[in-house]
Amino acid sequence: MNVIYILWLRQLKRYTRSKARMIGSLGQPLLFLLALGFGFGPIYEQAGGGDYFQFIAPGIISMGILFTAVFSGIEMIWDRQFGFLKETLVAAVSRTQIMFGRTLGGATVAFIQGLAVLVLAVLFGFRPQSLALLPVAFAAMFLTALLFTAFGTAIASRMEDMQAFPLIMNFVMMPLFFLSGSLFPLQGLPAVMTDIAAINPLSYGVDALRATLVNGSYFGLGIDFLVLSIMTACMIVLGSRLFSKIQL
Amino acid sequence: MSSIIDVKNLTRRFGEFTAVDNLSFSVEKGEIFAFLGPNGAGKTTTIKMLTTLLKPTSGEIRLDGHDPIHEQNEVRKSFGIIFQDPSLDDELTAYENMEFHGVLYGVEKTVRRARIEEFLKVVELWDRKNDLVKHFSGGMKRRLEIARGLLHHPKILFLDEPTIGLDPQTRNHIWSYVQALNKKEGITVFLTTHYMEEADRMADRVAVIDHGKLIAIGTSAEFKEKTKTSTLEDAFIALTGNTIRAEEVNAQDAMRMHRRAWGGRS
Repeated sequence: MNVIYILWLRQLKRYTRSKARMIGSLGQPLLFLLALGFGFGPIYEQAGGGDYFQFIAPGIISMGILFTAVFSGIEMIWDRQFGFLKETLVAAVSRTQIMFGRTLGGATVAFIQGLAVLVLAVLFGFRPQSLALLPVAFAAMFLTALLFTAFGTAIASRMEDMQAFPLIMNFVMMPLFFLSGSLFPLQGLPAVMTDIAAINPLSYGVDALRATLVNGSYFGLGIDFLVLSIMTACMIVLGSRLFSKIQL
Repeated sequence: MSSIIDVKNLTRRFGEFTAVDNLSFSVEKGEIFAFLGPNGAGKTTTIKMLTTLLKPTSGEIRLDGHDPIHEQNEVRKSFGIIFQDPSLDDELTAYENMEFHGVLYGVEKTVRRARIEEFLKVVELWDRKNDLVKHFSGGMKRRLEIARGLLHHPKILFLDEPTIGLDPQTRNHIWSYVQALNKKEGITVFLTTHYMEEADRMADRVAVIDHGKLIAIGTSAEFKEKTKTSTLEDAFIALTGNTIRAEEVNAQDAMRMHRRAWGGRS
């Protein structure tokens, strides 16, 4: 327990000490939120979709979580390169605990980042439908954060350096984001698009947030949480198996 | 005295390349053991296998009676290691690095606090305990790593070129501390270094490896006698520069051999 706590604390300290990173990683979600939210707002409304800013905000919150989470996981590569990973790998504790502790820390950071995007959205006019449902929304946000941090850790366990990072960015993270229904409704899309969205775990995070924050679910909140929980559990198991296999 | 490290027929291949080749040796409990060899001889690979970071291709290892492949946790509890390259978290303070290590090794809180203070004072970093490690000089980082490696009172201390790039003052400081620790606490020390005079002064016994193979093992005095040289450095060069690489003689080796034949120093 202590071990998990100290690893969690380390991730948090590293995050809070890097103010540039905290603010920097808010830039992209903010840009998407404002440019797309206000840019497409009038067309969306004319087409009968309602308030686009309300619609897109949960999607952008999910995006903030996705990027921070995967990056927190992948950050382990820096530990490998700067040597700190060795220190944790020779310690007399199970690697599963180590992986879980740092994943929990990374997920907490990603969750905080998601909260920050939510606060920004509220500042620009976003209104959650009900305060009572906020805790449920937070649960969905944390699960999403945990899922994708574990995913990042799993990837980082198999990577030697940051060379492959652009590859992951463009072929994994961007598609996850753009094909998740975070920017557009899934209703009435070509079957290919809805099928892809259905196998994209981020879709369920976005959907759960939309269900709780603005009332407009595609899969249904129960399905969202079921899929998120199962995927998160699988990813943590996979991540810790890959992490345990690391040799230096 | 009984042995605390036992290595039998240890081999590690990376594809076609054999980094460690059928290596066998043992280290006695409480001794200071120097593991020497030119760059790329297989020293670090061997240490990685001894410390559970790398699995051997074949062969057997016993550390304090345990097997690093199947009893990783027991083995990990028994040693401390100061790596060849830095392994601190730069974004944490000196104290936090120590604290992190102590928790990771399950050192109980009051003991942990006391030892952190004790060891940080020994390496003269107590005044700087709340500074981020990224502001430390190379020597300070090294000292901190040594303090950290000792925190959980290991039975065996691995030092992989701990003094590389340090000034003579810091080197002396570190070695006299390691020596005192070995005397006082009976910690077995397994060290590698390229500074032969350090190995000569510190080690009870010396092993020399090259191309992954054990070339010689014994005391520094035995080495000098066997190679008819006056310093361990000359003995080392005689062992690794001439005798062994003679089968693939290059210009430099040929010249050394020639000079030695005429009684010169290389």
